Amino acid sequence: MKTINDSRNRQKTSWGSLLLVLVFLAIVFYLDQNIKPTNKMFMLLTVLQKGSVYALAAVSMNLLNGYTGLFSLGHAGFMLIGAYTYAIFTIPSSARDTVYQYFDAAIRFSFPETFSNVMGPAGTALGVLVAVILAGLMAAFFAYLIGLPVLRLKSDYLAIATLGFAEIIRAVFQWQKLGPITNGSNLLKSFARTSKFKLEVGDTKLVLSTFVPVLIATVSIIIIVKLVNSTYGRAFKSIRDDEVAAEAMGINLARHKMISFTVSSFFAGVSGAMMAMVLSIAQASNFKSAMTYEILLMVVLGGIGSISGSVIGSFLFVAASEWWLRGLDSGTFLGINAPGVFRNGFRLVVFSIIIMIVVLFFRKGIMGEKEISDLFRDRKKKAKGAAK
Amino acid sequence: MAKTILPYVISGISVGGQYALIAIGYTMVYGILRLINFAHGDVFMVAGLMMVYMAASMPLYIAIPLMIILTVFLGFMIERVAYRPLRTAPRMSVMISAIGVSYLIQNLALYITGGLNKNYPAIPWISDRVTVFGMETSRVTIITPFLTIVLVVLLVLLINHTKIGMAMRAVSLNFETSQLMGIRINNVISATFIIGTFLAAVGSMLFFTNYPGVVPTSGAMPGLKAFVAAVFGGIGSIPGAVIGAFIIGIAESLIKGLDTILIVHGTITEQIGFATFSDAFTFVLLIIVLVFKPTGLFGEKTTDKV
Repeated sequence: MKTINDSRNRQKTSWGSLLLVLVFLAIVFYLDQNIKPTNKMFMLLTVLQKGSVYALAAVSMNLLNGYTGLFSLGHAGFMLIGAYTYAIFTIPSSARDTVYQYFDAAIRFSFPETFSNVMGPAGTALGVLVAVILAGLMAAFFAYLIGLPVLRLKSDYLAIATLGFAEIIRAVFQWQKLGPITNGSNLLKSFARTSKFKLEVGDTKLVLSTFVPVLIATVSIIIIVKLVNSTYGRAFKSIRDDEVAAEAMGINLARHKMISFTVSSFFAGVSGAMMAMVLSIAQASNFKSAMTYEILLMVVLGGIGSISGSVIGSFLFVAASEWWLRGLDSGTFLGINAPGVFRNGFRLVVFSIIIMIVVLFFRKGIMGEKEISDLFRDRKKKAKGAAK
Repeated sequence: MAKTILPYVISGISVGGQYALIAIGYTMVYGILRLINFAHGDVFMVAGLMMVYMAASMPLYIAIPLMIILTVFLGFMIERVAYRPLRTAPRMSVMISAIGVSYLIQNLALYITGGLNKNYPAIPWISDRVTVFGMETSRVTIITPFLTIVLVVLLVLLINHTKIGMAMRAVSLNFETSQLMGIRINNVISATFIIGTFLAAVGSMLFFTNYPGVVPTSGAMPGLKAFVAAVFGGIGSIPGAVIGAFIIGIAESLIKGLDTILIVHGTITEQIGFATFSDAFTFVLLIIVLVFKPTGLFGEKTTDKV
């Protein structure tokens, strides 16, 4: 009896969450139209854009670290592959020669252009989408190659090997011999970026610069949630809890670890592509291991093993570092004016102290292993119990 | 031919010695706590920064010992504050705490220095220029390998012939049993961190003398490389870490000069840009070792108990 009730409840909550997601998307769409760059609240849009990039990165890392128990630190490398793939395939051919100043560009077409030649304006959007998916696929492909030797390793050895791979990827992308493709150590720019995303319906121009990254992140995260709740997800969790027992239950360790690793890297690649389109540049030297550490800290902040936790954690992280704590860097914070103390870098110090406090004293993070929908379910159960 | 390679080999041996001093800190901590102390490289950077600030305000014969004492204190405090409360926590939490400490130290250094490059003070005698085998270099390049070997021999003597050394060996063999045998593991762990950071502080003096300056991220790469050296030699083994560090130092230095060497040799005619891979090579080596001999050159084989 209980199980039937549970599954009914779960169905209800999944419809409920879907509704919440749609409402959230509608709000983002509304904000996108109504907040102009001159507005004081424009920061909110920046936070939503960057936050959705990091949210997807954090959720994909959580899939690996929190759900499968594979402590991997190669995320920045896969994001780099994603960012570069996206950038290379969306630079318009007219801008190629200025971008590749010192090299003879090898790739001379861009998806948005090719598709828009065939299909008109809708082709541009399709081209961007294709480039984003290709970014994910490239990252997943490299992850597959890397995973073959590396996934046999255990805990900290795996962490250090994946960290090493991220460094190797970074060096390869900066190699001058690959300049015709990657532009060497110079940055890539002028590709399709979010600030240019607009939709023209009749006379009205709809701004989509925040809506698009939020939408991509939302769809990707929903896919990850579906995966985690499937039989694969349960297999991942059992590997995390006890590898030997999982193997004894008939779970193919190598196969499931590889699935988790490639899927996680696919979405890391997508988030890398999003990062490129939000920041409107892509440069290999930005994707250092420090980036992986930051994403890991977002996951920890939200709670390892909770997807909604990772999302909340990364939005909080981005909002605090980009917006709320800005004053700590520029002299005045909460009305206190102390330019001697509140100078460049103080924000990050305060921030890292907060993170250390979370790591040491609130090890479960904000959500622990719970999801937002769990909280609602608990409350309903309690309400029912009280009624009886 | 030999004349083109020799300078790279010599500077490689020197860099290897500096990595060795850092690697010992990693390998000892890992041997006892099974923890990659990600903050170790940053402690090394802090030692460099402290030297910069103190040399500006006091004579060197006070600044150097004080710098070493403060660095050791920092290492001790990191263990006390960030690792000890998590002793019973899963290993992943401790590792995350280590990453958090590294993030905190780097940000703190960024705040204090303003992100600017701080010039490392010239230490008399060791930064003098000397000529060896017909090539000019600073004296520190020549001293480093010898100093490293002396320190390592002293350390091995300490571990094999003193009471605290015996306790360290016992704790690294089995954490719980040694506790039951009456070993105060907290003291042993503190001693490990003190020795590790002391060597890192000495290493930082040798390392930064050869470099233009210190920035908040200076510690990250040497730290990672030293860790790779420790894994390469078999983590937990001190001679292994030292040999691994020398191999990595020499290989890295040769790769930095590979373009020049090959051009002189006539194999290639233009720059290929191998120097880009001098950092990445370390990790290639790491992955090869981990795949073919996961316990490193001198590591012990461990089996999983169910």
